[in-house]
Amino acid sequence: MSDALFRIEHLEKSFGTHEVLTDINFTVQSGQVISIIGVSGTGKSTLLRCINRLEEPTGGKIYFHDEDICGPHFDLNKYRAKVGMVFQQFNLFSNMTVLDNCVVGQTRVLKRSKSQAEEIARKYLKKVGMAEYQSAKPDQISGGMKQRVAIARTLSMDPEVILFDEPTSALDPELIGEVLDVMRDLAVNSGLTMLVVTHEMSFARELSDRVVFMENGSIVEDDSPSVIFENPKMPRTREFLNRMLAKH
Amino acid sequence: MPTSFWGWIVYLWKAYWPLLLKGAWTSLYISFLGTAIAFVIGLIVAVLRSTPDPSRQQPVRYWMVRALKFLLSAYVEVFRGTPLMVQAMVIYYGLMQYAHIRLPLFVASMVIVGLNTGAYMAEIMRSGIRSVDAGQREAAASLGMTHWQTMLCVVLPQAIRNVLPSVGNEVVVNVKDTSVLNVIAVSELYFVGKSASGTYLKFFEVYSIIAAMYLIITFGLSKLLEWVEKKMIGPENYELIRNEEEPGRE
Ligand SMILES: Nc1ncnc2c1ncn2[C@@H]1O[C@H](COP(=O)(O)OP(=O)(O)O)[C@@H](O)[C@H]1O
Ligand SMILES: [Mg+2]
Repeated sequence: MSDALFRIEHLEKSFGTHEVLTDINFTVQSGQVISIIGVSGTGKSTLLRCINRLEEPTGGKIYFHDEDICGPHFDLNKYRAKVGMVFQQFNLFSNMTVLDNCVVGQTRVLKRSKSQAEEIARKYLKKVGMAEYQSAKPDQISGGMKQRVAIARTLSMDPEVILFDEPTSALDPELIGEVLDVMRDLAVNSGLTMLVVTHEMSFARELSDRVVFMENGSIVEDDSPSVIFENPKMPRTREFLNRMLAKH
Repeated sequence: MPTSFWGWIVYLWKAYWPLLLKGAWTSLYISFLGTAIAFVIGLIVAVLRSTPDPSRQQPVRYWMVRALKFLLSAYVEVFRGTPLMVQAMVIYYGLMQYAHIRLPLFVASMVIVGLNTGAYMAEIMRSGIRSVDAGQREAAASLGMTHWQTMLCVVLPQAIRNVLPSVGNEVVVNVKDTSVLNVIAVSELYFVGKSASGTYLKFFEVYSIIAAMYLIITFGLSKLLEWVEKKMIGPENYELIRNEEEPGRE
């Protein structure tokens, strides 16, 4: 037993014969903000998607509060309601208004009343600065706005942890700031556990408790941001960071 | 008796217009209702065919679902692979000879058009479901929604909207295709033409009138459907909801 929120042991994932994740081990404590970095194609998305079982792991174990999420009697939908996900491509429900996007999960999954769900949705839409747009449809607002709504949608479920898969990578540069502001606020003030796959080195460095560097489906280094950014133990981490920081 | 083509057109119209209009009306409502029934059939078939197979650890459920899916695809293949006219004969006379059921013509029309168009509609709906971005499903799953909740709240509303033009097109096609129901003596527009042309043996003139009527109906329907589609896409604008006490960030 431990008080870890997630314990990931020897996780493996293959697509056919293509092994994408190899022997992934790490532990997440409640309230931690963890950044996952690495070049694209390394398996960062696949790792997040295994954690909420959008992909089925092909080996190893993932424990959530000491419960095996692939166990035979595991209630997957109840679990997913507690583990939010924010996608690179936002994935707002395009047939619903901004408000309904934040309401549908609450009423259908959490069985909250419509009026209660709307109240909660408005609270979080206000938090991300989107309250005024509650009657808009997703294709009427900008990418940055969509991603803020997607964050509000996830927050409306009152999750324990949110998985962010490159939340700013699909955005025009001038729209990244508004989303990062929201994430910064969450990281500092909400107490939520956050797993953030990101190429925003400033976020990783300033706001995370830990930084995980991945390469070719494995974790190369997992340490505090100060160690990773100032004194990485592995030369490959240093190479990656030099390349990333040179770009900006 | 008239002597010119136009003379005959006017003469025949004067003699038969109530019958012709009634026939046109019959064609129209059989097509509409038949397509509506087909829509429901197609929706159900497509949704059932899109359900994920249960795990093999539950063999009974697994094989039941597989068998059901097989039957559904057999239905689609059979009804798409044989002519409507033959289906009409087989269903109508088959029921009469072997089950001793003489279907009222209205019911028979609905069954035949519904089943036939239902098979096409099932394929249309299936491609509509496929056309919904996988990210929409993943987002619903990540909130903890079940397969059925996801279908109902997210996938089907988008799929149906995507296929509306094709559904409208099926209505138009059916206005013409219901003409084959004359083989079981449903008095739709074509059938009426047969009886009207028999009296004076003016086939060309009668069928010119019939053709014009079909054209008016299908053209009018296409325009109507275009208009409905535009309406369904909804307003271009949204209203900002301002909260006086605590304004948002924008
Ligand atoms: N559904 C899939 N089927 C087959 N291969 C996949 C699938 N998803 C991801 N991959 C492969 O897994 C590898 C890791 O992908 P991904 O997790 O998206 O990396 P990252 O998020 O770090 O860019 C890539 O080589 C990608 O092609
Ligand atoms: Mg990725």
